[in-house]
Amino acid sequence: MTVEKKAILQKFPRSPDVLLALLHELQRANPQNYLTPEDLALAAEHLGLPLSRVHDAVTFYTMFSLRPRGKHVIRVCDSPNCLLFGAGSVVEELKKLLGVEVGETTPDGLFTLETTSCLGACGVAPVMMVDDEVFGNLTPEKVREVLARLKEGG
Amino acid sequence: MKRLQVLLCSGSACQSAGALEVKRALVEAITDLGLHEEVQLVETGCMGPCEFGPILLVYPEGAYYVRVKPQDARQIAEEHFLKGRVVRRLLWSGPAPEPRTLPFFARQKKVVLSNCGQIDPEKIEEYIAQGGYEALAKVLTQMTPTEVIAEITRSGLRGRGGAGFPTGRKWQAVHDAPGRPKYVICNGDEGDPGAFMDRAILEGDPHSVLEGMAIAAYAVGAEKGYIYVRAEYPLAVKRLEVAIAQARKLGLLGARIFDTDFSFDVELRIGAGAFVCGEETALIASIEGRRGEPRPRPPYPATSGLFGKPTLINNVETFANVRHIILNGGDWFAQMGTATSKGTKVFALAGQVKNTGLVEVPMGITLRELIFEVGGGVPQGRKFKAVQIGGPSGGCLPESLLDVPIDYESLKEYGAIMGSGGVIVLDDTSCMVNVAKFFLEFTADESCGKCVPCRVGTRLMLGILTRITQGQGTDQDLRELERLATLVKEASLCGLGQTAPNPVLSTLRYFREEYLAHIHDKACPAGVCPDLIHYDIQAELCRACDLCRRACPTGAAQGTPRQPPYRIVQELCIRCGACLEACPFGAVVKRPGRKG
Repeated sequence: MTVEKKAILQKFPRSPDVLLALLHELQRANPQNYLTPEDLALAAEHLGLPLSRVHDAVTFYTMFSLRPRGKHVIRVCDSPNCLLFGAGSVVEELKKLLGVEVGETTPDGLFTLETTSCLGACGVAPVMMVDDEVFGNLTPEKVREVLARLKEGG
Repeated sequence: MKRLQVLLCSGSACQSAGALEVKRALVEAITDLGLHEEVQLVETGCMGPCEFGPILLVYPEGAYYVRVKPQDARQIAEEHFLKGRVVRRLLWSGPAPEPRTLPFFARQKKVVLSNCGQIDPEKIEEYIAQGGYEALAKVLTQMTPTEVIAEITRSGLRGRGGAGFPTGRKWQAVHDAPGRPKYVICNGDEGDPGAFMDRAILEGDPHSVLEGMAIAAYAVGAEKGYIYVRAEYPLAVKRLEVAIAQARKLGLLGARIFDTDFSFDVELRIGAGAFVCGEETALIASIEGRRGEPRPRPPYPATSGLFGKPTLINNVETFANVRHIILNGGDWFAQMGTATSKGTKVFALAGQVKNTGLVEVPMGITLRELIFEVGGGVPQGRKFKAVQIGGPSGGCLPESLLDVPIDYESLKEYGAIMGSGGVIVLDDTSCMVNVAKFFLEFTADESCGKCVPCRVGTRLMLGILTRITQGQGTDQDLRELERLATLVKEASLCGLGQTAPNPVLSTLRYFREEYLAHIHDKACPAGVCPDLIHYDIQAELCRACDLCRRACPTGAAQGTPRQPPYRIVQELCIRCGACLEACPFGAVVKRPGRKG
């Protein structure tokens, strides 16, 4: 166990109800944005839960990943309002620019493309979220701009 | 107080439009001009008209600048802040600087949103200056829990999360329930596509929710509260963290609040991407660290909720109403609205409407007033077709029902629901079968899978809708669709499944002819479903410029330069519309139905 993970575990009481919060932190600490088998085992042990129960929760929620992801996770909203106003062409543009399908990660490990349900910014649809930042009123051109900026930032 | 108050909307939508870049440019310009002693720049929560972001509101003039770009900052600073001349080209209203005279504001009644866009949500002092935590002080020092519940009951407040259960009755049930400890939960797992009011309240006025929770806790006898917020709302999470820490520091959360015997603290819990967690029993399971699957009720959370204890669970907007009811009285609240739906309601306007964004209106105004007066109507000269209200549990209402008053009962009678207040306006370019399909895709995707009617039923319905949009539907399909819809409604375990067929049933009820056109004529009247349209070139308008041929990805657009007309070979056409976009002469047209 790394020092960093130990520090994360120590922040949480040994109480099963903090499981999601603990998993969020462990995932965030991983540069590849996912939960390793070791993370699941650590969480189970720390909270006194069977490993199966941790796995059960992890696989239920869409924001947890058991596979390595890119440094930036791009989530395009594919809920009705965004779909009605052009989310489809946003996803197509991203697939083309990144050269990956939804759910895949670029070979350079920089981006993972995902879809998400409503991001609550329907007034500026279509919308996507890159890590914690929301981008609205998207067009294929704006997607290219955002991506270029992210690539510059590395 | 400084000479000028500059309020910059930094809600999520404005941030996505570049509000933070505008802020940086403004700060730079203000500093360069040496105005930092005179100008106070405040980042606020959502001001409402998301379509026009980033937004800047400058007092004392009340100048309402819209779609401000970083390069506008210097002009605003030099002209307005320094020389006192309002920059008219950036005003929303044109010549008149006073925004309250615009129809967008004139029809609104801001109660829940009164602080949103007016105060800095990260400063508890600003909330207190607006009368914040006075209601909590009042209940703790002057009212018994029973009196608090009576006041809420008298107000007629009903749950703003969707079902509209009377809030006072819910509080009474938790108050009366045996067992300790008791819990108060705020459901901030907003997720209905088209709804974003809870996000705006949490981002723009988080203390109003904390105060409402504390008052509720006092009324029902709880000492511990949880706010459950979706992980998709990082800004709301951040502002809540700040608000909780500030309230604790001032002793407004924690032990012995206002030196009384009442203690209450709030813990923040973050979801992880599961729409079904908005259902109360699923949300409770998620707070307990388990899969967010609903369970049958009864027992209701009021008797057996979080950790099996009596639990009060209300929505964000419901809690945000509480302090206003306590300060102004239940009778004041009950004056607004209709016989059965009291107070105001926040609606999120999205879709084909001019003023997309967040509005708050008295209950009982009509859909027409909401969409055409407050919302400004349908843009670009298009024709209104339908309004989808209530999210995936709601329905699509046609133009003939625009004069229906917005209240819980009326909307339900016509096959929609209030829901959390998401309103998506659709114009004549929307295919209603396709709209129903999108909503069903959503629910089928978000179905947790625990019960068969929802898990399998929504998939089967989606399959039929997909066939219809592809031109393979039959009359038998329509009958089967209606049969399945009834079955899923009646047999599903929780609200998600019980209401999932509503978008389908309401479109079948009001737009049946569109389904029939897809089935019988193999035509999509709105020209949306790619399998049920075709493109054609009008010979008399074609100039043989060759642009369509070059744009066509499949070689379907054919012809010889300078020898009109060109033609589209239907067998090769994939109906992508590239030729239509490329044609400068309007010769290419999209028509419903297949050719030939």
